[in-house]
This record gives sequence, structure tokens and C-alpha cells, in this order.
Amino acid sequence: MVAAINANDVEKKDRSKEVLLSVDELRVWFELRRFGFGRAGYVRAVDGVTFDVHYGEAIAVVGESGCGKSSLMKTILGLYKPTNGKVVFDNQDLSELDSKGMHLYHSQVGYVQQDPYGALAPFMNVQTILEEPLIVGGVKSKVERKQRVCKAMEEVKLSPVDDFLPKYPHMLSGGQQQRVVIARAMIMEPKFLVADEPVSMLDASVRVEILKLLRGLQETHHLSVIYITHDLSTVSYFSERIFVMYAGNLVEKAKVRQLLDNPKHPYTMALLTGTSEPDAKNAESFKEIPPGEPPSLVNPPQGCRFHPRCPKIIKGVCDVDEPPEFEPEPDHQVKCWLYK
Amino acid sequence: MAQTKLLRIEELVLHFNTTQGVVQAVDGVNFELDSNRAVVILGESGCGKSSLAKAILRLLPRNSGTYTGHIYLDGKDIMLLNDEEFRQNIRWAAMSMVPQAAMNSLNPVIKVGEQVSEPALIHFGVSKEEALALVKKMFQHVGVPEDFIGRYPFELSGGMRQRVAIAMALVTSPSLIILDEPTSALDVLTQANIFNVLKRLKKELGVSFILITHDIATSSELADDVAVMYAGQIVEMSDAHRFFDKPLHPYSQKLMASVPRLHTVKEPEFIVGRPPSLVNLPQGCRFADRCPARFDKCAQNPPVIEKEGRKVKCWLYA
Repeated sequence: MVAAINANDVEKKDRSKEVLLSVDELRVWFELRRFGFGRAGYVRAVDGVTFDVHYGEAIAVVGESGCGKSSLMKTILGLYKPTNGKVVFDNQDLSELDSKGMHLYHSQVGYVQQDPYGALAPFMNVQTILEEPLIVGGVKSKVERKQRVCKAMEEVKLSPVDDFLPKYPHMLSGGQQQRVVIARAMIMEPKFLVADEPVSMLDASVRVEILKLLRGLQETHHLSVIYITHDLSTVSYFSERIFVMYAGNLVEKAKVRQLLDNPKHPYTMALLTGTSEPDAKNAESFKEIPPGEPPSLVNPPQGCRFHPRCPKIIKGVCDVDEPPEFEPEPDHQVKCWLYK
Repeated sequence: MAQTKLLRIEELVLHFNTTQGVVQAVDGVNFELDSNRAVVILGESGCGKSSLAKAILRLLPRNSGTYTGHIYLDGKDIMLLNDEEFRQNIRWAAMSMVPQAAMNSLNPVIKVGEQVSEPALIHFGVSKEEALALVKKMFQHVGVPEDFIGRYPFELSGGMRQRVAIAMALVTSPSLIILDEPTSALDVLTQANIFNVLKRLKKELGVSFILITHDIATSSELADDVAVMYAGQIVEMSDAHRFFDKPLHPYSQKLMASVPRLHTVKEPEFIVGRPPSLVNLPQGCRFADRCPARFDKCAQNPPVIEKEGRKVKCWLYA
């Protein structure tokens, strides 16, 4: 058993140059109906998103609530059907999978939810929660299931294991609940993990603990991870690349340090200004934050979707045409007319 | 002559009776606040910081037990008032509160303008029109468009609802507002906007704030003073400049080290272990179990030590 897992990890390491997940011009629109009939329009939650994720790479998707980042993730997980465009995982187009193929796909991707308490069934104890994916995944032997449960729990540092097995979610602290959620996501030994704001509900010191745990798992198992967050300050410890999402589009894609130290898109700059660091001088001045709120995804503004709030707007350009992706420096893409 | 402090709290105690025993949520808290200043109360969840807010405003749940100490507001001990006097003269009249998750605490079936005007109707006895005029003024202060008065909470975004909740705390022009985690559920830009609003209120209206939060980074946006709370007690009290520069208490130091930063490569650390249960508190220093600097003296309860105008409850500085 142990040897098999290692072989699996080694295989993932060998393929680290290859693309595991590729998303191409993905659009996810939700139809708005009026009184159950007639169309009232579409919510364009994801509108033309393209990116690749390599084997063993951790990526952070940063955006405010309502920017479509959760819809993007759910589509990647196969929970929503794309309206247009495709998601290719391990050279396999998701839309071509039948239900059996989808079943297999789900065992290869893990999902860490935002609210750990909401994600755990209150009437199941830790053992049942962790065993369930194995039963669904067809692991018949009871002994093997128990072994794998224990191993997963040790990996997320829920020890002594025997103390935790019979516990119910309400008996655990927030940090421990999140560890159970992570163990459940890891138990099928996935190639790919989606973590949707895994630490937003936790205390500052526990937050760091959970992020380090996820980072450790990612490195030992050469997992590819997409980490969704609205908090830029935690991403640098967690990922290699950052995608910034605004109103259904990825407006900037770059390596972590490049993006944090040298942001290109005015929206990214605003996000960085908005993120505080502990410094008493903060109290002495006001922050320069673009006015207004993200646009409605039913009627997004014409041209660049950030233009009504943008301090650097070029009149006659930004409010007319949607900017394509420019590459002002290598490995740094930005959707902004400033870099034409 | 020393000016009277706006708020002075002495040996405030609030315990709750539960089936598991007595929860010592607030256990001998002392601090002072000058007018037109903001103090931040920092602490992890379960350290008693929200209970402290409730104790100050006397919003006690049914299972509250011991409730003693002194709260001097403008030099007057408000603990001596009976509940009716407290309701009439103190709560919302002299100090108000923006509760945790305030954006979800608005009544969904009442227009926001009416909700915000309610404290004014009750405390000032003004007519509905006058109250609504007052609401408009408050909306201007917090940056909510005037025509939002006729809207229902579901028609507003999270940030706007938070502003409405702040307007509601402001409408009776109290001298002190307690903010319980005002921005924890909001996005980065909305957060920054709300803090801009709070800073402006402090500057223009001279309001004082008690900001209760676990988020050290954003708390620095408003803080003049910082009080760090651990297991029902305040373990460090300092001005913000020196605190953010170099905290004294080992717990504060650990908390600062756990803050992720944008532009440094140094990784954040976490604090090993968990805070003690408030039912079963350890003897001596309550942080001793998790403290990297612990020594024999820590088995005894540390005194509060004054060091260059800062206060710290730790044997290291004795």
C-alpha cells in the first residue's frame, strides 16, 4: 500500500513539466428567468477564462465575493456544466466524460470547503466521514479502509487518531474540523485539490497552521492545488502563481513575487493598497481605494469591466473595447489597455 | 488637573453559568479610554472579547452570573444605575454598538431608513420626519446614498449594509461606539472603505471607538491604543506605535509573528497549543503552557507591570 502511494507521487513528480488541467475560454452563464418562463438575461459568472495548471503547481485565485471564483471552481470540479469553452483534465475533456468517467474524475480531485462546520455532516463521526469516500470509491476491505483513514488523519496531524475517530464535528475546534475536511479531500489520493477559502473562518494563528499543513501536503504529494481566497497577504506563502479575478475575468496572471512586488493591473494595485499590514502609521492616513462596487454580472459594463472604477482610465478606449491579454513581461499576463 | 477619562473600567468581571461550570469570560479587566481615541481589543476567538463588549453595554444573556466591577463613563459609575436608567441614559444615548455580523442583523422586512431612525425616535422623542432627516445626515457621514432610505436590506450590498449598521450606532450621537469585528465578513476593498469611513467619523465627529477584532493587520488602521486579551484578561495595554513596533508580552509577540505580510519572505509562525478553557483556568499565568519564555515564576499569577507608560501582565518585566 505504502509503496503504491509513493509510486503515485513519483509519477506526479516526473510529470511536473506537463499540464494537468487546462481551462480554455471557459464561460459559465446562469439563465435568469422571469416567472419561470421568458428569459430575463444571463448572469455571466465566468466569462472567458483561460489558464493551465501544471503537475505539482499551487495557484491562488484572488478576487472579491461575487467575482465568479466559486463558479469557476465548481465548473472545474464538474459540478456545473460550462456554457462555452472546455475544461481538460489529464488530456481528457470533462464534457466528453460519461457518468462512470465523471465518477473516476471526482476521485482524482479533492475539494476543501470554506466553512468546515457546514461541510461536515453533524450526525456522522470522524471515522464515518472519512470512510465514506473510500466506500463510494470501491475500497471493499474494512481493514484497508481503517488503515487509510488512520494514515490520512496522521497526515493532517489529528493525533492520537483513536481519540478523534469516534468524535462528532461539534466536538472539534474550528481548526480540527478543517483538518478533517482536508483529510477527507486527501483520502482518495487525488492529483488535484481545490481549496475554497480554507482559512477564512479561522483565527489568525490557526490560519497559519492550516496553510502550512496544506503547503506541506502539496509538496510531499506533488499535488496541484487551486487556492481561492480574497486575502492577498496569505497567498505568497502558499502558491507559485496568482490569478486575479474581477467580474468573471482573470485580469492578471503572474508569479507570486512578480505580482505582489510589481502589479500591473489597476485592480490588483487597488487590492494591494487595500490589504493592511500591521503598522501604526496606517491610522494616520486614508487609503486611496477606487470608489464604487464590482459591477452586476447580468449587465457588465462595456469594454473593460473595471473602467467605471479605474483611476487610470483611457477615455475612448477602455469604455469601448474589451482589452485582450497583453504580456508586458515574460510570464506576466494582464488584461489592460495600459500595456498595449 | 488631570482630565477625566471618557471611559475607565476597573476590575470588570462577567461570568456565565453553564452546565459545564462557570465560564470566566471577563475576569478582572482594567482599561481607560480618552475621548476621541480608538482602542483595539485584540484576541483569538473565545478569549472573552465579545463578552467584554456585552459587559460594557450591559447586554447580558440570561445565564450570566457574577457581574461586578466599575465602569466610569465621563467620571460617573454606570454600574450603579438600575436597568431602566441604563437603558434611558447610557445604552445608545451615550454609547452604542455595531454588533458582530451587523450586516446580517438588520431586520429584512423593514426599510433601512426606518430601522436607523428607530433609536432617534425612542431616545429623542422626535417626529418621524425629523428622525428621517437625521438619518439622511448620518447616511452622508457614512457614505450611503440618501435615496437608500426607502430600500430594504436585501437590496444593499454587504458593505452598504455595514455602513447602515454604523449609521444606526451613530444616529443618537453617542460619544463612544463599540465595534465588534466590523469588517471580518467583508472583501478587502470594502474593508478598506469602511475603515476610511471610521477614520473620518473619528476626525469629524470626535467619536471614540472600542474596536474588537482578531485581525491585527486591519486593526492598525484605526488603533491609537491596543489591548491584547487572553483567557478573559488583558495581558498587554500599549499605545499603537510602540505595540506594532515591538510588543512586550510573549503572547502579543507570537500574535504579531503569525501575521502574514505581503513584502517579506519571512514565513508567519503559528502558536502551538490552544487557549485554555474559560471554565477550567490554569493557576498562575494563563499563557504559561504555550509560552516560549516560561520560567518558574510563571506558576504564580503575574502582576500588571507598568513599563514606560505601557502595561504588561508578565513576570518577564517584573
